[in-house]
Amino acid sequence: MTMQKVFARPPTLKLNPTHYCPGCGHGIVHRLVAEAIDDLGIRERTIGIAPVGCAVLAYDYLDVDMVEVAHGRAPAVATGIKRVRPDRIVFCYQGDGDLASIGAAEILHATHRGEPLTVIFVNNAVYGMTGGQMAPTSVLQQVTATSPQGRRADREGYPMQVAELLAVLPGAGYVERVGVHSPAAVRTAKKAVVHAFERQVKCEPGLSLIEVLSPCPTYWRMTPAQALRWLQQTMCPVFPLGRLKG
Amino acid sequence: MNEPTDRVLMTGNEALAEAAIRAGLEAYFGYPITPQNELTGYLAAHLPPLGRVFVQSESELAAINMVFGASATGARTMTTSSSPGISLMQEGLSYLAGAELPAVVANIMRGGPGLGNIQPSQADYFQATRGGGHGDYRLIVLAPATVQETADLTMTAFDLADRYRMTVMILSDGVLGQMMEPVRFREYHRPELPPKDWAVTGAQGRPQNIVRTLWLAEGMLEQRNQLLQAKYRRVEANEVRVEAGQIEDADYVIVAYGLMARAARAAVHRLRAGGVKAGWIRPISLWPFPSEIIGRVAQQPRVFLTVEMSCGQMVQDVRLAVGGQCPVLFYGRAGGGIPTVDEIVGQVEKLALPAGGPR
Amino acid sequence: MAGEIQIDRERCKGCGLCIQVCPRQSISLSQQANRMGYLFAEPCGSGCTGCALCALMCPDVAIEVYRDGGSVVAGPDDSSGRLEVRAGG
Repeated sequence: MTMQKVFARPPTLKLNPTHYCPGCGHGIVHRLVAEAIDDLGIRERTIGIAPVGCAVLAYDYLDVDMVEVAHGRAPAVATGIKRVRPDRIVFCYQGDGDLASIGAAEILHATHRGEPLTVIFVNNAVYGMTGGQMAPTSVLQQVTATSPQGRRADREGYPMQVAELLAVLPGAGYVERVGVHSPAAVRTAKKAVVHAFERQVKCEPGLSLIEVLSPCPTYWRMTPAQALRWLQQTMCPVFPLGRLKG
Repeated sequence: MNEPTDRVLMTGNEALAEAAIRAGLEAYFGYPITPQNELTGYLAAHLPPLGRVFVQSESELAAINMVFGASATGARTMTTSSSPGISLMQEGLSYLAGAELPAVVANIMRGGPGLGNIQPSQADYFQATRGGGHGDYRLIVLAPATVQETADLTMTAFDLADRYRMTVMILSDGVLGQMMEPVRFREYHRPELPPKDWAVTGAQGRPQNIVRTLWLAEGMLEQRNQLLQAKYRRVEANEVRVEAGQIEDADYVIVAYGLMARAARAAVHRLRAGGVKAGWIRPISLWPFPSEIIGRVAQQPRVFLTVEMSCGQMVQDVRLAVGGQCPVLFYGRAGGGIPTVDEIVGQVEKLALPAGGPR
Repeated sequence: MAGEIQIDRERCKGCGLCIQVCPRQSISLSQQANRMGYLFAEPCGSGCTGCALCALMCPDVAIEVYRDGGSVVAGPDDSSGRLEVRAGG
């Protein structure tokens, strides 16, 4: 009996090997985004916005028109694009520094205005690109380059729960938090990503945001396998998975 | 809508807005700040009925990034602000320059530094012409002196932005923006411009387009900079705009732009009536700066007096252009102060020697 | 059911996530390094069922999965990577 190929690279994911660390969640999330674009057949209508962060070179991996923008500004740039070209599918791909720190005002207001964008927010609780500094989403007691004694609530504040913050806004159309820590979790994440893009295809109102809990083995100082366990055991209680809106 | 009009009475800010609409402005993003709120108000009222985009952004920082996005798709887009807001836009201006995206930005200058006041100023000359944001880049900077010129230069700005893939900054001020003068809108004709095949519109039937400013590979960013510099040399060769009067025999040449150019002309008129041989040079493009005419005029013995609503910024470019051939003096008022015609006349009369001219 | 995976050894970064999730211990880490210096993963033994859990986890999309007939429902476009697996076989 001949073998049937049942899993392969989606066409929108370019062949270039990535610069991401072994076990980095970005590789999985890029693939899910590419699969969603291919499943929905929207490659030629899609414009993506790459962040500043480890995923700054996302345009080398995703074969759609892409714009590289200043740190945190993706939702504002996306607003500019979507407002002049409402028939295009516009998505932002951002990390936790980009979206929750320097870009806090931009994501808040894009959501507040109900811009019909798709935002993929990759939360790995640390700043990878710049060497492992604390992020707004770093958890309490997490040791990072800028919280060497461990994060303390009375000094650095609590980890920021972006999905909860944005879900309360009327302009948020769909908010879900997912993880990539297991095959089952990846499947759920895939469904969420597809839905987030599909809502824009169907012109459903409001901003769609998927927060993806993602591993950073390098700056969590763990093996990839340990990182997935840490994600499940330590991040999930702080950032509960599930659909918060829509 | 594009019909030429008879003379209408309008503020400088409104004229700028109307001219932008006639030049095909598709998307405006802006944040309220005095003294340019007439712009946001006018565009909020007039753009949506035309099916065009108006967004009040959450900040000037967001506005310039929305401009970045709209421009990346190939649309004609603009933002406006005043000095403190323009400071916030510097990052965006650097990114626009690096990505070679066309845009029009207007700065209706006010007193600074810091929150300053809401009176007029010309103290953003350095910020506009020296970059302001990081990296080796330039903006085309145009300085109207009347409401009519504000309208005309705004239409020109969009064409220049598209032709050179640059940001064109219109430098106005709190008085020029809010004063009312008669203005006639000409019929706008879009010139022949290069196609925007670099725009991100969805990669249909073509490879992906990437709008970017990061170039990590060895030597790439230097190459990019050389490309930009070559472009800036072309702009310098082709887009100098300047006006001058009574300079041929002038012993005293007043160099001023925008609002100050009006005072300078009036001062020259009075000085001549009093027997002093004065002339004026009015840069209209502040970048590229009209160095050539100033250098030529400086070949004869004269005294240059630069008049600005600042502590002395354009005077440095005048000094560079004069190249040591003649004395270059400065008179200015800061923080919203406006040099009067009397004061300027007084400055020149102080210098005026008995018959025989300056030594 | 019989399955087979092919791992692009030059794309693989030896992160080991595929090995961790494989329910049949049919993937192992090679003792050889690829051009980048990573010890790459490779299929081992004959237990592979083509479940594709490895490919789901692989951040480098280095794994292609093949399966013999049986109860497989794939998406309209096989090459998209969409996969529904029914238990059994």
